[in-house]
Amino acid sequence: MEMFRPMKGGGASVWLSAGEATLLRTLVVPVMDLLNDPDRPAPSAGQAQSAEQAPPEPAESDDLFDDLEKMFNETAATPPEAPADPVLARLLPDAYQDDPEAAGEFRKYTESSLREAKKYFAQTMLETLPPKGGRVKLTADQARDWLRALNDVRLMFGVRLEVTEDFEEQLASLDPKDPRVAAFEVYGWLGAVQESLVRAITH
Amino acid sequence: MSVAPAEVDLPWSADEVTPDKPWLTIVWNDPVNLMSYVTYVFEHVFGYPRSKAEKLMLDVHHKGKAVVASGTREAMERNVEVLHGYGLWATVRQDT
Repeated sequence: MEMFRPMKGGGASVWLSAGEATLLRTLVVPVMDLLNDPDRPAPSAGQAQSAEQAPPEPAESDDLFDDLEKMFNETAATPPEAPADPVLARLLPDAYQDDPEAAGEFRKYTESSLREAKKYFAQTMLETLPPKGGRVKLTADQARDWLRALNDVRLMFGVRLEVTEDFEEQLASLDPKDPRVAAFEVYGWLGAVQESLVRAITH
Repeated sequence: MSVAPAEVDLPWSADEVTPDKPWLTIVWNDPVNLMSYVTYVFEHVFGYPRSKAEKLMLDVHHKGKAVVASGTREAMERNVEVLHGYGLWATVRQDT
């Protein structure tokens, strides 16, 4: 692959073959799917009362207190835990290491916006990738979105492949017939793409 | 969609805050994130000069973690949210 080159205004450009553009698109989609994870709806802050609930009856004061107590108890219910999928857990990590309660509270208020932000970065990449290859010209903002989306893809690979800092050694130690060889090579290529984009915008 | 002021009733309250200790943003080492990228993120997110960003990146790399900012709890939580957007492994804690 050609390397990214700086553009005026802080952006960057690169020429991608059809195969490279397709590969990048193919790799961003599963990140997007994970972030959309239908099995784990994003936690919502505060009023999580659903429309399925019966409309409130006109209440006597005792009932009102019961309702309020119930509502507060529900709001203070177990905070959401880190996602079970290890990739998603790495993309949306706990903000507090030894304090599950604080981590859960933080997650309750921030996870859905973090998911949306990450989907937005991935979407920028999908929209700026030329379908049949060609020159990609990114504004400074788009370049930053690409960096973050590329990083999320690399994190996905890193977790799935259990990559260490010596990933080249890991790759060298694999049997050439090991199906992970191709994945390691793609991971290495993604690192080169991201590195060249960082250099282009910080030159 | 709610527009309620969510910050008002966060469950941490006076009893657990030690007001004289600042809060810290900590970044942990990660085998995936590129050194050049982490340096770029520190420069861009915190406005640090290249030399300081590189030093912090190397601290993360060699020591396993580094304190990259300190201040109020709210500010540190905002940092962590932004850093998670960049894919860095960041946490908040109060200084001891």
